[in-house]
Amino acid sequence: MSAAASALPVPLTNLRRGARAIVQCVLDETPVIDDALHSTVGQRLIELGFVQGVEIEIVESMWPLGDPLAVRVRGSTFALRRREACAVMVTPAVTPV
Amino acid sequence: MDSANRRLADVRIALVGVPNCGKTALFNRLTGSRQKVANYPGVTVERKEGQFRDRAGRHYSVLDLPGAYSLSPTTLDEAITRDVVLGRAHGEVPPDVIVCVADATHMPLSLRLVLEIKRLGYPMVVALNRSDLAKKRGFRLDVARLSAALGVPVIETVAIAPAGAQALIAGLAAFEGREAREARAPTPGDAICNLAPDRAETERNQHLVPQILEQAGYCEPLRTRAAARADAILMHPAAGMLALGIVLFFVFQAVFSWAAWPMDMIEAGVGAFGTWVAGVLPEGALRSLLVDGIIAGLGAVIVFLPQILILFFFILVLEDSGYLPRAAYLLDRLMGGVGLSGRAFIPLLSSFACAIPGIMAARTIPSVRDRIATIMIAPLMTCSARLPVYALLIAAFIPSRAVGPFNLQGLVLFALYAAGVLAALAVAWVMKRFLTKRTYHPLLLELPDYQWPDLRSLAVGLWERVRIFLRRVGGIILSLMIVLWFLSSYPAPPPGATGPAIEYSFAGMLGRALHVVFAPIGFNWQIAVALVPGLAAREVAVSALGTVYAMSATDSALESALLPVISSTWSVATGLSLLAWYVFAPQCLSTLAVVKRETQSWRYPLIMAGYLFALAYLASFITWRVALAWSP
Repeated sequence: MSAAASALPVPLTNLRRGARAIVQCVLDETPVIDDALHSTVGQRLIELGFVQGVEIEIVESMWPLGDPLAVRVRGSTFALRRREACAVMVTPAVTPV
Repeated sequence: MDSANRRLADVRIALVGVPNCGKTALFNRLTGSRQKVANYPGVTVERKEGQFRDRAGRHYSVLDLPGAYSLSPTTLDEAITRDVVLGRAHGEVPPDVIVCVADATHMPLSLRLVLEIKRLGYPMVVALNRSDLAKKRGFRLDVARLSAALGVPVIETVAIAPAGAQALIAGLAAFEGREAREARAPTPGDAICNLAPDRAETERNQHLVPQILEQAGYCEPLRTRAAARADAILMHPAAGMLALGIVLFFVFQAVFSWAAWPMDMIEAGVGAFGTWVAGVLPEGALRSLLVDGIIAGLGAVIVFLPQILILFFFILVLEDSGYLPRAAYLLDRLMGGVGLSGRAFIPLLSSFACAIPGIMAARTIPSVRDRIATIMIAPLMTCSARLPVYALLIAAFIPSRAVGPFNLQGLVLFALYAAGVLAALAVAWVMKRFLTKRTYHPLLLELPDYQWPDLRSLAVGLWERVRIFLRRVGGIILSLMIVLWFLSSYPAPPPGATGPAIEYSFAGMLGRALHVVFAPIGFNWQIAVALVPGLAAREVAVSALGTVYAMSATDSALESALLPVISSTWSVATGLSLLAWYVFAPQCLSTLAVVKRETQSWRYPLIMAGYLFALAYLASFITWRVALAWSP
């Protein structure tokens, strides 16, 4: 177990452009997507691949506040706003040498 | 409603897959032209169904379900897919076999959906699509081992090649048809689970995905260097915005400059044809109907076909290339400022071609409020039907002069488009500020891989536009032209009348009545007449002006085209005022009808017509007054 992997999880939004990280969990208290459809952002994030142990990469982020940002997960890229991205808790990845 | 063909088919198949997985290409490959496009009852999601027969003559009916990431829907499209596969959709028979289309370039995303579908208990087969593309990027997968790990047959299909569909058809022969299943005693395997999965199960599935892929010897396709480099520029906060501006500006310049030559050809052809017809027919009502009514009217519209084609060409290329979602990403923050989602960019861009597909594309916006806001401002995007009006007025009143590297006419056209966009942003801001409650809705938008537009589907898409345009010209525009010719020819002028015949006709009377309303904004009675048939289709206004002026022309001017007539008889202020009117142009009945259908209420189309009319009148009034003060 390296020092990085045991670090405390931080929200995805703390990462800079180009950073890689490992997903730890998706927080539950995420906004509801549509009242009529009863789906939550958390459920959708998990479906898109944000699950424990998966490596993600911040591909791009928009000025001025890094909102929205583009995240690559398991070979697909998604645009997320900070508000939904902060539900994804990550630890910094151990960069292979 | 389920079509009779689907009920009679031996095997009913449903195609399920994540968005952008090449499902529709596979559907086209399977069914060819035997397709039927309709709507699901009660909702406005497109329902595509097709038929085919295999070598043994077995009859298959294929339903192309909307792309869905999961059975926990976030959009109307996804809700339909869930309802059909869970057997909850009204009037829809559950499929006999589900073909789950997996995209080899996005295996984990596709496989998760496969697991979710598999749990429902349908007989199913996985079609592994796009493996040709994936292999070029280092993708490796043992299809037999994947099939064993999933417990479901897996068939490689390359949707763009015929052999891929043949393999799938051969694989489907193994499944029992509807009659065979109904004839035998039911087994526990026939029971269909009709519950959507919960979060815990979704997470369990997500952990299964890498295990299954590992068993199949999966090697993930790499992101190409070119794609990474393209994203570094096109998604860069500054460079990407600049690139987006250049792309849009280039499109509008191209619409004007590339189309000039074919437009001249069409204009000359129509003129020569009119002169020829006028020469061979004897003087009388028939000649007047053909030359002044039909040829002058239709010719005025058909000349804009090249511009409309160029505009659609660019929109189709941008759509196919995967660039549009990136533009939505770039604009999300800006559009959020006026209460729109970045997702609204795609429907709004389509609205530049026509507001109707744009308003329908708004279905992909998950939030109801964002969707309504997008629908309400879609008609402010300058649609291709306004292009003929702009083109005519710009050619008549704006000198063709070089301004730096650009043409002044092209710049004015760009400014008119920009005026529509700015008005849309202002209206959206007012709606956000005063009308709707603030609720939050996420972006969560996939940025698909870049791909070269498929020339075949591009050609099919353009041909579709030509057909729709010509059908409009031959149908609604033609009939309106005949009605307008009649109205402007009868009653005939009294004996001894001095003015042109049209001034004594029904159209003349109607024009003078409407002129009371439009005089304060500088429109003459000929424009007032032309605005009425423009209700059916905006571009008809140009044809109508063509007919009105052809009918009121004296002998010497009979053959001359519309353009020199209006540039010599209208004041510049009138021309500019009509341009301003057409930025808002509230008079498109088909748009209002589609808004009624999409929102299932009269409220929004009525509000839309009201606010567009008010804005158009106000803008024209100001333009007219300012232009008069400028050049008395």
